[in-house]
Amino acid sequence: MKRSFPLVMLLALSFAPAARAANEADYKAAYAAAETASKEAAGMRNQWTTTVSTLAAAKKAGDGGDFDRAVAAAKEAEALAKASIVQATSEKDAWKAMEIR
Amino acid sequence: MKAGSSLLLGSLSAALIAFALTSPRVVAADKVDPAADAKAFQNFFFQKFPDVKHEDFVNGPYSMNEDMKRQWQEKEEFPPYEFALDAGKEMFSTPFKNGKTYADCFPNGGVGIRQNYPYFDTKEGKVVTLELALNRCREANGEAPYSYVKDEMASLTAYMAYTSRGKPMDIKIPDDPRALEAFENGKRYFYTRRGQLNFSCASCHVQSPGQRIRAEILAPALGILNAMPIYRSEWSGMGTTTRRLMTCNSQTRAVPLEPQADEYRDVEYFLSYVANGLPISGPGARP
Repeated sequence: MKRSFPLVMLLALSFAPAARAANEADYKAAYAAAETASKEAAGMRNQWTTTVSTLAAAKKAGDGGDFDRAVAAAKEAEALAKASIVQATSEKDAWKAMEIR
Repeated sequence: MKAGSSLLLGSLSAALIAFALTSPRVVAADKVDPAADAKAFQNFFFQKFPDVKHEDFVNGPYSMNEDMKRQWQEKEEFPPYEFALDAGKEMFSTPFKNGKTYADCFPNGGVGIRQNYPYFDTKEGKVVTLELALNRCREANGEAPYSYVKDEMASLTAYMAYTSRGKPMDIKIPDDPRALEAFENGKRYFYTRRGQLNFSCASCHVQSPGQRIRAEILAPALGILNAMPIYRSEWSGMGTTTRRLMTCNSQTRAVPLEPQADEYRDVEYFLSYVANGLPISGPGARP
């Protein structure tokens, strides 16, 4: 029993699923979310260049079938877009703090 | 019960008095007052840089740094914008296909009027910049509009600025709530942080003029448009006000707006108005 324990552990680890690779559906969902946030930022006239370039990188990776990279880039683009939305929202009043009076 | 009513009445009266005392101040603070804004804006720079002659602010970074100023003064003997100036003069006097010229579109034949732009068009209800007026003139005469960021527009505005050199900026804000709104919108745009770097126009040109940003020395916001258009060594060519605003946006990692967007027109109105009284120095040359 004692001898078989490490063997059992080894077998268990070798069959344990590694982090699942992203597939096309994951990419499409992540891209759609990023695109929605990006459009909202553009509608607020506060799009960031990095959102646009990161979204383009996600599409390029997705078109090339590299879904892991595509999902990662899409998530980054979504985060950037959301940050720009927060910026535009807070600046609606915050700009006054910088005004020369 | 009586005591309670008196207390309540007393509190109510105190609250009403407090409201009456504070509310006018709130209204005053929210009122758009371009003249007061311009005075405060100019005083800020005059106090921050007491050694800079007032009329020198229009020379941008050269007003902030003696070494740069000397280099620029030597460069002015053979200024890099001279080719654009010559081209602009020729373009300005060359008739359109219909025989008319730019002079037919502008007061005083377009000569010595740069200091009055941008202006608020009460018919349109919007700010009209010199670049926009030039393209409208072209279109009204059957010509295709020029790009707002390329050489032809910069050459034309360079010539027009040159004919106004030394004249004090003289922007009017008519008694029209839309004009006040345009001024206020321009002010808001100027102070609003944008882009991934979270910079506003004021971050560089109010908080840090005279400081270095990488190899550049930042220009003060006061009079910054009086020198437009400019030859920039960085661009190896001329640039319009539109080009300058769009480049500022992209440098903060913000996607630039479309040329002559309302925001750009309004911020040009704001910045020009607060520089009233300072001389036109365009076309300028910048590193």
